[in-house]
Amino acid sequence: MKYIDEFQDPDLARRLLDDIHSTVTRPWALMEVCGGQTHTIIRHGIDQLLPDQVELIHGPGCPVCVTPLEVIDKALEIASRPGVIFCSFGDMLRVPGTGRDLFQVRGAGGDVRVVYSPLDALRIAQQNPDRQVVFFGIGFETTAPPNAMTVYQARKLGIPNFSLLVSHVRVPPAIEAIMQSPTCRVQGFLAAGHVCSVMGVGEYPELAERYRVPIVVTGFEPLDILEGVRRTVAQLERGEHTVDNAYPRAVRPEGNPAARAMLEDVFEVTDRAWRGIGVIPDSGWRLSPKYREYDAEYRFSVDGIQTREPAACRSGEVLQGLLKPHECEAFGTLCTPRTPLGATMVSSEGACAAYYLYRRLDLTPAPREATPVV
Amino acid sequence: MGHGGGGALSAELVQHVFAPAFGGEVLAQLGDAAALSLGGVRMAFSTDSFVVRPLFFPGGSIGDLAVNGTVNDLAMSGARAAYLSCGFILEEGVEMETVARVAEALGAAARSAGVEVVTGDTKVVEAGHGDGIFINTAGIGLIPAGVDLRPQRVVPGDVVIVSGAIGVHGVAIMSVREGLEFGVEIESDCAALGGLVDAMLAVTPDVHVLRDPTRGGLAAALNEIAVASGAGVVIRERDVPVPPAVANACAVLGLDPMYVANEGKLVAFVPREHADAVLDAMRAHPLGAESRIIGEVVDAHPGMVVARTGLGGTRVVDLPIGEQLPRIC
Repeated sequence: MKYIDEFQDPDLARRLLDDIHSTVTRPWALMEVCGGQTHTIIRHGIDQLLPDQVELIHGPGCPVCVTPLEVIDKALEIASRPGVIFCSFGDMLRVPGTGRDLFQVRGAGGDVRVVYSPLDALRIAQQNPDRQVVFFGIGFETTAPPNAMTVYQARKLGIPNFSLLVSHVRVPPAIEAIMQSPTCRVQGFLAAGHVCSVMGVGEYPELAERYRVPIVVTGFEPLDILEGVRRTVAQLERGEHTVDNAYPRAVRPEGNPAARAMLEDVFEVTDRAWRGIGVIPDSGWRLSPKYREYDAEYRFSVDGIQTREPAACRSGEVLQGLLKPHECEAFGTLCTPRTPLGATMVSSEGACAAYYLYRRLDLTPAPREATPVV
Repeated sequence: MGHGGGGALSAELVQHVFAPAFGGEVLAQLGDAAALSLGGVRMAFSTDSFVVRPLFFPGGSIGDLAVNGTVNDLAMSGARAAYLSCGFILEEGVEMETVARVAEALGAAARSAGVEVVTGDTKVVEAGHGDGIFINTAGIGLIPAGVDLRPQRVVPGDVVIVSGAIGVHGVAIMSVREGLEFGVEIESDCAALGGLVDAMLAVTPDVHVLRDPTRGGLAAALNEIAVASGAGVVIRERDVPVPPAVANACAVLGLDPMYVANEGKLVAFVPREHADAVLDAMRAHPLGAESRIIGEVVDAHPGMVVARTGLGGTRVVDLPIGEQLPRIC
């Protein structure tokens, strides 16, 4: 099958694995930045097939996971108000705020709708001129351009009842924050391919040089991941630290200039809090002053919300690669997808969710017999 | 909403609220249909409600589903459906022409499945309190002698067979409900499976269990059987038939085809010695032409379903919690 089977071919995977096995001579710790990559790794068992010396550390690249509790609570507050239609991508609905989630707001009568595109939310605003329609604009450089486009369109079409609750984040400052941590063990990065498809690779050479760390732009299918690992390990073994594009079918060096122009028009860079991690300088976007009227925080005056993270949740350490999900005391007991303490257990890209969904056989003391090959 | 999704939340609602409140040994078996003995005659009895939106979709309608859903629940206990009841709950304001179209589709599906609608009911709710048309059907049918389909009969060594491509119905519904276009039209696989089951049982009545993987998809059906039987199930991911259009649509939305609903497929757990014959019989039937073996029952990891991935790793295939949610990117 085109586009999917090609990138899951077991024979090609075997060849890449053989190459990695024959190249590696000592332990290396690589971080895959994106939660989508984490799920590919765990879902396909790639970590089980790599040499023991290659450790994959899961990074902070899950947009749902890093959205601050304060913003979630603002979303819950806005969505609860009469006259509001609150639109969101589906995977935000189960993320716990302080005490409840968007599903519970909907169950209590709030008009919370799942959309597949921010432009769907804009259409809902056109169809409901007497209601306020708010779109929950979260995510990295991948989701920011379409959200910016939606605000741009709202102004162009003169749709006054639309606004965006913004919590966009940027990858390069997060990589920098990770490398500056005194406990950082990361020696190479698998950069998120879809982020680079928008932003290009221009932000990375300085980081690679400053921290002497290879950065390999990597896709999301199993063979993409293996190729990313292969190239990163090869650089580490050679003592190199360059930026390498292992995802050329989607990433051009300059990225997508039109998308970047839209970002620069509608958003401006700002300091941003990351859930479980804290504030990272220049790591986010907010609506620029000329689009402020489309800022839901401004429109709904949701200031003064006090938040408190569950003390037992260690998702911040998971997001920084300091802790594997199953090393958390609450994993699988206090914290499950049904009773998540943090977003990493409930997001479809969360590392804790990946370990819980796909790896319980290895992580629980229950039967440990080898699974027979059938 | 999650409690209606056919996943873990649905199971909990039934096990912790309904089953204890209603009591009874038959209900406690929690099959798709109740296997009953009345006057020495073995029969199956089942009911299902249909709240699908939109009412008409590529490959079918709520009328087809209302027949095929209940017919298939009966077929999964080995019974050939004979009689159906049909309850319509109409929302004030729904077009009479729409009701007539649904009724005609329901009648046609019943005739095609060889069942007769023998009793019914109609209620109307105020505008805003329904979704156009809701339908409940119940059905009864006879269980042939020698047929005893239930998870408790599953044993290590059983072969797991699926009757064809999975995920088609769910993607067809998504394509129209959410206005998504996937480049090719995907039609629901909605179909009555009584004939296919007859063909299988004609080869051997010693099929251990059947399940139609509707809400919650193949993953939910396998998990239900694994939990109810205490068996460990291993499937080979690359052998699970996923059509390219379904795979691509799911890739775009961040969904796993294993959890997407089907309406015309079944999963069979069959003793290994009968597997080839049953597979041949299935492939000879129009609704089972693409049947294939996807795994087997093992002694290890009782009550759990494990997939061998295409690359050679393993992963747990979990019961979904509620509905799958499309991801952000």
